[in-house]
Amino acid sequence: MAVDDRFPRAPREPGEDEELGTRSEIITGPVRDWATDFSHLEPEWSADPYLIQDDLRQRCPIAHTERFGGAWLPTRYEDVAAIAYDTDRFSSRAIILSNLRPPRDIAPIGGSPPISSDPPFHHDARKLLLAAFTKKEVARQEQATRAFCHSLIDSLAGRDVVDAAHDYAQHIPVRVIANMLGFPPEDGPQFREFVEDLLEGINLPAEDRTARVSRLFDYLLDQVHAHLDEPRDDLTTYLLNAELYGQKLAPDVVTGAMALLLIAGIDTSWSAIGASLWHLAKTPADRERLVAEPGLLPTAMEEFLRAYAPVTMARLVKDDIHWQGVDMKAEDWILLSFPAANRDPAQFDRAAEVVIDREVNRHAAFGLGIHRCLGSHLARMELRIALEVWLERIPAFTLADPGAVTWSAGQIRGPRTLPVRIG
Amino acid sequence: MKVQINSGLCQGHGRCYDLAPGLFGADDEGYGLVLGDGIVPQDAEHDANLAALNCPEQAIELLEEG
Repeated sequence: MAVDDRFPRAPREPGEDEELGTRSEIITGPVRDWATDFSHLEPEWSADPYLIQDDLRQRCPIAHTERFGGAWLPTRYEDVAAIAYDTDRFSSRAIILSNLRPPRDIAPIGGSPPISSDPPFHHDARKLLLAAFTKKEVARQEQATRAFCHSLIDSLAGRDVVDAAHDYAQHIPVRVIANMLGFPPEDGPQFREFVEDLLEGINLPAEDRTARVSRLFDYLLDQVHAHLDEPRDDLTTYLLNAELYGQKLAPDVVTGAMALLLIAGIDTSWSAIGASLWHLAKTPADRERLVAEPGLLPTAMEEFLRAYAPVTMARLVKDDIHWQGVDMKAEDWILLSFPAANRDPAQFDRAAEVVIDREVNRHAAFGLGIHRCLGSHLARMELRIALEVWLERIPAFTLADPGAVTWSAGQIRGPRTLPVRIG
Repeated sequence: MKVQINSGLCQGHGRCYDLAPGLFGADDEGYGLVLGDGIVPQDAEHDANLAALNCPEQAIELLEEG
């Protein structure tokens, strides 16, 4: 058994994951006015966030809520971009908006580096991972991804109605990231639970949240130990051996980065694939055109990413500031909606329409500035292969029951139930 | 026409080397690089424009020569 003092084998103390920080009152229930009481966790937002965002952009472009202990929602592209670029005044120390603000002293590293990190640590932590996620490097996963997509379609044989989100889209990023981290592929169903726990259980009581986070970190520690015993050519072994400032990474940095790669890589790509298939199922003209012109897919894909951008991030205001006409207080949340930015008519012609041959498309689906999605090249590869294989194998499909489509709640948006009729 | 990348702005989105692979490449960390001297052949001007107009960080500069 390989020994690494950073990762003792003893069972962890109960309460070790108890989260420190400042809790705010959990407020749920119908929103009175989206300009002054918004909540991205209410069903009306899940049903159609774009109507709400378009309305706010007109009448109150930086909306506010007292929920979550105070939060702001900018909906104009220019404001979203300005906050993404301003790491001096807006911290990434927590990027999932919740009722718990982690202690200020976890900056500049944060709980899941580098996404939760601020300068100057951010640059160095990100640099450790960049080379593993270049376009060239992720291309090594392409052949296996394509074969896996074909095997998923094979498994649908003989059925008239399939769930494109549940039976297809969700499995693809799970398999790819398990492979890259070197986790057993049969653990996939557990990963989806971790994702739901972290990203969707925001308004659960604190004890429940803590127990769920513990489950994830117990799993990651098991994987760490398995990789210490048997090092492999994968990202987990890479992180265990990686050095920063002449020393191996702190244990929390290793497991935090593993958590990030696992969680951030799943829900997001699953959502992008699912939303694209949802659009094609309900828009026969676009589906038929892409089947006839497969060369248009890379352009169309960017439009799906713009119009149905799955990812919204959060920031915390560092100090009281008067910003674009509003008074933000230290520790207020910012809900940084790249989806809202992507539908700002001041930035995009025909912003509310999906134009699959849109050639000029400077969208922000993968964020802007230093936190540009580390996995964007991987996500684009998965999305392209998933759509290519689906359209090749299932060129004709429609929504089986539009009313049965359900969408995720929270900061990652995508269909979670998507029944389509084949043929 | 000539292209250049403002490396202070580039964040490695890779739109330039996706859209204009004849003009741009990537370094080992995925940041964009101008291939060769950056002079754009006449038949690649459309690609150069597309790359500049699609860069989310507006890091690509097109310079008119002469």
